[in-house]
Amino acid sequence: MTETLSSRTASTTRVVNQAVPRRDSHEKLRGRTRYAGDVDIAGQLHARLVRSPVPSARIVSRDASAALQVPGVVAVLFGEDVPNNEIPTNTAGIKGRPLPPSWVLAVERVRYHGEPVALIVAESPRALAAAEALVEVEYDVLPVVSDPERALEPGSPEVHEGGNLLSQWRIDRGDVDRAFAEAPIVVEGSYEAQVVDHAYLELETGIGWLDDEGVINIKASTQEIEHYRRIAHIVGLPDSKVRVQAPYLGGGFGGKEDMTVEPYIALAVQRTGRPVKMVWSRQESLTARAKRHPVRMRYRTAAAADGTLLAHDIEIVSDAGAYPLLSGFVLLYITLNAAGPYRCDNVRVHSRAAYTNNTPGSAFRGFGGMQPVLAYEAQIDRVADAAGRDRVEVRKANAFVVGDRIPAGQRIETAVWLPQCIDAVLEAIGPRPEPSSPEHRVGLGLACNVQPYGRVAWMNDSASAWVGCERDGGVVVRCGVPDVGGGQVSSLAQIAAEVLHVPMDSVTVHFGDSARTPLAGRTTATRQLYMSGNAVLSAAEELRGQLLEGVAQGTGQPVSELTLTEGGVLTPGGVVPLAEVVAMCLASGVAINAMRTYFAPTGEPVTELVDSERIVPDFTFGAHAAYVEVDTRTGQVRPLRYVAAHDVGRAINPLSVRGQIQGAVVQGIGYALTERIVYDEGVNLTGAFYQYAIPTAADCPEIEVAILESGEGVGPFHARGIGEPPIGPCAATLASAVEDAVGARPATLPMLAETVLACVDEGGRA
Amino acid sequence: MTGGMGTAETTITLNGAEVTGRAPADTTLVRWLREQAHAYEVKEGCNEGTCGTCTVLVDGRAATGCTTLAVQVDGAAVETSASLADGEELSPLQAKFWETGAAQCGFCTQGMLMSAVELLRSGVEVTPAVVREHLHGNLCRCTGYQAIVDAVVDAAAEGATR
Repeated sequence: MTETLSSRTASTTRVVNQAVPRRDSHEKLRGRTRYAGDVDIAGQLHARLVRSPVPSARIVSRDASAALQVPGVVAVLFGEDVPNNEIPTNTAGIKGRPLPPSWVLAVERVRYHGEPVALIVAESPRALAAAEALVEVEYDVLPVVSDPERALEPGSPEVHEGGNLLSQWRIDRGDVDRAFAEAPIVVEGSYEAQVVDHAYLELETGIGWLDDEGVINIKASTQEIEHYRRIAHIVGLPDSKVRVQAPYLGGGFGGKEDMTVEPYIALAVQRTGRPVKMVWSRQESLTARAKRHPVRMRYRTAAAADGTLLAHDIEIVSDAGAYPLLSGFVLLYITLNAAGPYRCDNVRVHSRAAYTNNTPGSAFRGFGGMQPVLAYEAQIDRVADAAGRDRVEVRKANAFVVGDRIPAGQRIETAVWLPQCIDAVLEAIGPRPEPSSPEHRVGLGLACNVQPYGRVAWMNDSASAWVGCERDGGVVVRCGVPDVGGGQVSSLAQIAAEVLHVPMDSVTVHFGDSARTPLAGRTTATRQLYMSGNAVLSAAEELRGQLLEGVAQGTGQPVSELTLTEGGVLTPGGVVPLAEVVAMCLASGVAINAMRTYFAPTGEPVTELVDSERIVPDFTFGAHAAYVEVDTRTGQVRPLRYVAAHDVGRAINPLSVRGQIQGAVVQGIGYALTERIVYDEGVNLTGAFYQYAIPTAADCPEIEVAILESGEGVGPFHARGIGEPPIGPCAATLASAVEDAVGARPATLPMLAETVLACVDEGGRA
Repeated sequence: MTGGMGTAETTITLNGAEVTGRAPADTTLVRWLREQAHAYEVKEGCNEGTCGTCTVLVDGRAATGCTTLAVQVDGAAVETSASLADGEELSPLQAKFWETGAAQCGFCTQGMLMSAVELLRSGVEVTPAVVREHLHGNLCRCTGYQAIVDAVVDAAAEGATR
């Protein structure tokens, strides 16, 4: 069930804001959608990586001679065979500290378990498997550092020369020390969150081939077709000689934001001139692909006697793993969001990301907006308790309002419907269920969050889209958006159909092609509906103007007398069908297509001391509530019922919004209760899917969604981004529910049985 | 072919049509279906029997194609998600998935549908709890399962078997 609370009494749109089945789902249900791994080309080769079995070592020697003797093996590449083996780290916005590169194939040193060392190309997957064990690499094992705080201590083994501090950010707003000295309430807490994996069902996959123009084509499961430039650099070709296409993805969640298979496919195609396919196994994906950053967070919070927040003093350490990737940016998002959706004039944050010999951390849905929710929601509960006030009322009283500054300096410019979200979930959660036995306790949890959408301002983000008419009146959209499974393409069709007054079915969308669709940036940062949606809206509006102009020229009627209507243009003399409208345009020299680029607000890069008027485009707010049942004998936590509310500005497709929220909640439940990657001194022990417990249907409660529409987002039709935000509050919601059930609150994720049993003991309600 | 494994000829009735292929005897059913029968609708997600993505029906019973060898099902009838629709027209179960938004990325969907078909054909009374228990071997990372459960319950209420 989904409820919608809207600032508008009636929808004035026909297609947008309607819960329409997604256009891609029909073919997906028939099993006909071709994902990157479903493409085979006659004569193709197969490629596979040889990865380091140890987390830290000097490479003494490498020898491929035995592997090359295996029948069917075509080539074995080492780092020296890569034209540009060094992958520079994007340092935009992280000034003053050159970040070390990562390597396509490690040459001198490996820094994490699973780091690629060699690339085998062969006629068959069987030949690859036979050759893998015969690529001889001798390692001289080096000391390992796997704890981020230890890594920052003097004398720790250096993962990269120059120390293990990757980046740090600070916020220093107001007079924190004075606020603490004068505050009647001071609460403290330490919180810790673990490493988790994206665990999309479609593995890292792609196929590449050389075309007649000498362009290396790569069709891959990627959130970022614009890696083509980076890939071209690696293989030493001009940017225009690499093309990346992203067909529909089987999930991404940030895990396909960095390159995965693409550079290796390009190298193998370049070396052999033949088509090459690469599919990573689940086991290597779990072992070696980048993960969500684990964090340790120490909070001190000061408040007035009535629970008004006065100050935060926050220390955060994040484990970046062995290479920088996007860790600096994720840490920035952790820092920006550390105080949550609440007004606070005195805030000090010091966050640090440390290199270790663990799997690199990088993007994962929530992107640093996720981790601090566990902490700031526990802190505000402690403040409310200390003030003797209701936790809900304290949240509402402290919630941002328009005009407030976040601690990092930016003003809140659009509606904050946090109180409305809280009311919606508390109304929908319903009566407290009865425990299933005398040994069980039921608890109600509540948590709120804020999550930015769109990229940071100094990325100077843009997205382009082309919208045109065919001569039969059909509408075509070309937009380089990768569709990761969230309905990105379908929403663009909805927007074009809305503006041009045509049915969804008459809109065809060409997407995800770095050579043949206008570039629209990556499908990350909850930015595609916002960015590409605005670009399509703008291009479709331009096309609408062209169509009216063509009819004005063709009929002699002024444009002011003409409107687009179902099936064509309405004139005083009747409806001109769209195909005729197109003919009139062409006869009059009026174009029937438009390309528009949407530019996000820009700003200067922040310094290490973050204080800026413009950091992100806007924010999405939400609240979640859940009932859980705790077995006081085993420590098992079972969610019984879950309600999530977010203000999405305006839902372009309520069905997709609901799906995003429900899916994020279950990913968040996994984060809260069961999922973790386990290391033993840098060795990743979670190398099989059965060891990594993502929630099953049987583990999950009924999830109800309340879609709130303030009408104030900065996306098309005032939409806000909703892809990432709903994963934020889940862990805090369940921690709060466990506390309500047993009297003490888990502060470490996942909330394993032993953690919960300790809470049962501490709470004394068993 | 490398190593000492011999090849085997396998014949499967795939969605009603007989298919014969020759492959190394240790070829899993999911790879056989994709490589020998071009049944690309069958997806592989883990190759260890955990995620259920490659679920197909073998003589009417759900099986994971990555933990079944093709030679083990020689002579059997195998049904995949491609068997459900009637041409362009979605099956009643698929139509419910379509309406509820139960297919997002669509990758787990192929196995999810087949496990659901097994349940619909079983004659068991279908409640949300029964659906959740029956589908617990099919992992989904996009939908949160709610739309899938709703779709299967709705389909069962209308007497759907495919």
